[in-house]
Amino acid sequence: MSHWKKVCLLTEIPPLGARVIQHPQGDIAVFRNADDEVFALEDRCPHKGGPLSQGIVYGKTVACPLHGWQIGLECGTAAAPDEGCARRYAVRLEGNAVLLNTEAAA
Amino acid sequence: MQKLKLVMIGNGMAGVRTLEELLALTPSRYDITVFGEEPHPNYNRILLSPVLAGEQTVQDIILNPLEWYAEQGITLHLGKKVVKIDRKKRVVYAADGTEAEYDRLLMATGSKPFILPVPGKDLPGVISYRDIHDTEQMLAAARQYRHAVVIGGGLLGLEAANGLMLQGMSVTVVHLGEWLLERQLDKVAGQLLQQSLEQRGLRFALQAQTAALLAGESGRVSAVQLKDGTELAADLVVMAVGIRPNTELAESCGLYCNRGIVVNDTLQTFDPRIYAVGECVNHRGIAYGLVAPLYEQARVCANHLAGWGYGRYVGSVLSTKLKVTGIDLFSAGDFMGGDGHEEITLSDPVGGVYKKLVLKGDKLVGACLYGDTADGAWYFRLLKDEQPIGEIRDHLMWGENNLGDTGHAGENKAAAMADEAEVCGCNGVRKITIVKAIREKGLTTLDEVKKHTKASGSCGSCAGLCEQILMNVLGSSFDATPKTKTVCGCTDRNHQEVRDAIREHHLVSIPQTMQFLEWRTPNGCATCRPALNYYLIATWPGEARDDPQSRFINERAHANIQKDGTYSVVPRMWGGVTNASELRRIADVTDKYRIPLVKVTGGQRIDLLGVKKEDLVNVWRDLDMPSGHAYGKSLRTVKTCVGSEFCRFGTQDSTQMGIDLEHDLFGMWSPHKVKLAVSGCPRNCAESGIKDVGVIGVDSGWELYVGGNGGIKTEVAQFFAKVASHAEVLEYSGAFLQLYREEAFYLERTVHYLHRVGLEHTKQRVVADADNRKALYARLKYALSFEQDPWAERIQGEQKHEFEALPA
Repeated sequence: MSHWKKVCLLTEIPPLGARVIQHPQGDIAVFRNADDEVFALEDRCPHKGGPLSQGIVYGKTVACPLHGWQIGLECGTAAAPDEGCARRYAVRLEGNAVLLNTEAAA
Repeated sequence: MQKLKLVMIGNGMAGVRTLEELLALTPSRYDITVFGEEPHPNYNRILLSPVLAGEQTVQDIILNPLEWYAEQGITLHLGKKVVKIDRKKRVVYAADGTEAEYDRLLMATGSKPFILPVPGKDLPGVISYRDIHDTEQMLAAARQYRHAVVIGGGLLGLEAANGLMLQGMSVTVVHLGEWLLERQLDKVAGQLLQQSLEQRGLRFALQAQTAALLAGESGRVSAVQLKDGTELAADLVVMAVGIRPNTELAESCGLYCNRGIVVNDTLQTFDPRIYAVGECVNHRGIAYGLVAPLYEQARVCANHLAGWGYGRYVGSVLSTKLKVTGIDLFSAGDFMGGDGHEEITLSDPVGGVYKKLVLKGDKLVGACLYGDTADGAWYFRLLKDEQPIGEIRDHLMWGENNLGDTGHAGENKAAAMADEAEVCGCNGVRKITIVKAIREKGLTTLDEVKKHTKASGSCGSCAGLCEQILMNVLGSSFDATPKTKTVCGCTDRNHQEVRDAIREHHLVSIPQTMQFLEWRTPNGCATCRPALNYYLIATWPGEARDDPQSRFINERAHANIQKDGTYSVVPRMWGGVTNASELRRIADVTDKYRIPLVKVTGGQRIDLLGVKKEDLVNVWRDLDMPSGHAYGKSLRTVKTCVGSEFCRFGTQDSTQMGIDLEHDLFGMWSPHKVKLAVSGCPRNCAESGIKDVGVIGVDSGWELYVGGNGGIKTEVAQFFAKVASHAEVLEYSGAFLQLYREEAFYLERTVHYLHRVGLEHTKQRVVADADNRKALYARLKYALSFEQDPWAERIQGEQKHEFEALPA
């Protein structure tokens, strides 16, 4: 059985923005950047648990809304000199549909 | 692609910093080869004095260990002196025959100590003070011999003399000048310094010229003979009479030199393939000898070596601090003064304090401090930023004192703080943590300290303390805040340039602005985007469209995010006045949405804390009250006292005035938050004296005060104007705030804006010039005509995606 599930349409995520997926394991943030690439991370900053989905997105980075840690969207890791990592989830586009796979790590 | 070959001659601080900057920009553009004449990897030359004084070891001051070179794939030739450059073949040759080809050559050959051309200068026991080798020789001499003479009473000479004395030698300083450190201090401060050093045991021979160095029986130097015939016993002579750019090699290959290798603003020499940085360079006629400007050069040079091609080095303003523990002196700029200059001095010879400030017009141009240097960083900042100081002139001498009042136990002298003392009360950073980070990571700017330690990264009240710590640790290499502050790392433009460009070139969107101003990043960052968004909507209301994705979450969600990810909701209560119906709705909403905390705010509003994001729109709908904008860089609240309607002392109806002001300014976005207050009499129960705009009713009308602040640093608002009517209060307040909206930089509170432009400037435009005041007020009204209640808009369905989560 495929673990890929459609969670929304690309157009439902604002460019340079994010949506929150409510998942039993905890909220997942799905980001869209200016090039219409999508990324998915656990919606918790490794610093103090801030909801990354609420941060400002630029390039392939999101700035946590609580204390401004810069988390890489591709890798989930905090930019130096901060240290920490948010869990990544596999996400991809199929046409306009955003597919999320919470079983596989990205 | 085949890598280019970069060869660097010289393995010192400026050169290696250039490589570090280059590798950060482009890790793989070059194969890098480094030639260093000394057998050591790059070390912190500034800290040789603490090594000599026995406070640190050689190992402590290594900046880049050998492993670093290996990790970066750099071919390192230590102990090899380059003796020839063939610019045609593009090959450098070392004395031992080692060769290296280059596509780009970086000369960082530093400087050489100047050796006085006196008889005996080559005797054993006569050395200069420049590198680890010299330091080791001095330490060895100190173990074996007794008498030392240091020739030169400059920074380096005094540090050497102090170190040798601490190593147990009897030291005399021979100095040509009339007083010590004549390039850094005026006569009074120089004499104070001399007294203090004499008390520690140093001896001085001033206005003394060295005639010859005499040899003893062993052939080693035994005395220094002065012009007047005096002989000073000396088993060790240290020449510290100055440095000269080391241009020997550059000159030998025909590179244009003139008291330094001449470079342009990109650090390029007259041979386009050859760059030069550091003490060997002559930039616009100046050869710098302190590390801060050299690091600035390194940054620019790396940028051009990386092929990025922007960034210019335009010179530096210098400040000085002596690294002799226990002696505080600081000087910057033109501290001697003279014609056309004015001086303010404070002299307390017994207490050992001397301060001189040199002013030209309404600018501070120089400072010389002895004994109490706590405000050195502040003066240096005023000087570099060329801030008008007319209004603070009468208390300029008493110091900034604007190190925050809170969060660090009132400490304002970094040097006196214990290592364990907390510097940053927000992030719990202790002094020792900052000192360690500065030493171990080679930090030189406040920004770097902020990044690495988090100190001063939150409220910023300890920034002054952190600067002082930097200054104390680094001494003369300290670099205060950069002269022009760029908006962020995405651009070289500062806020003023960005604001000007948006206005003059009619830029109306973020992408357009970034393209026009050649932003380096495709869509900015979390620092520049909110600033740009504000500048655009403030400059072109009705035309530039607000970009929610470039707003901080609070302004996007129109509520305040809390540490657990919930939000707080503050409905607007005009002038702090509410009624039974509103209170009932608030109570019902609290029950219905199980809101955990209801709290009265300092601005006379009610705050509902702990609201889930998905509930926000429904909460707003049920409240049926407009947004209180408690989350925005915008008009917050107008706080009022009861006023003449009820209060037996009230002279004016302050409550109604507050309500009207709040309606008049509703929806106003601004560079930072804006708070107002209206009091009905001078008893000032609404605390108008600490608001951005404070209004105080008096019997004959209203007094307006601006630039107050009750936050990190309590700032009392300054008197702005006295007006007679209600309508004038609205017009004057609105016009002042519009001027602030048009001229302030993003995140600059009114008090900081006023510090920058001067209160007089705003009075001229608002109070003295009636036409301009009316025009400003009209522009504000026009801008506000586009603003709706954001909560009402979202109840209607706008930005729906922001508030809805998706099921898995």
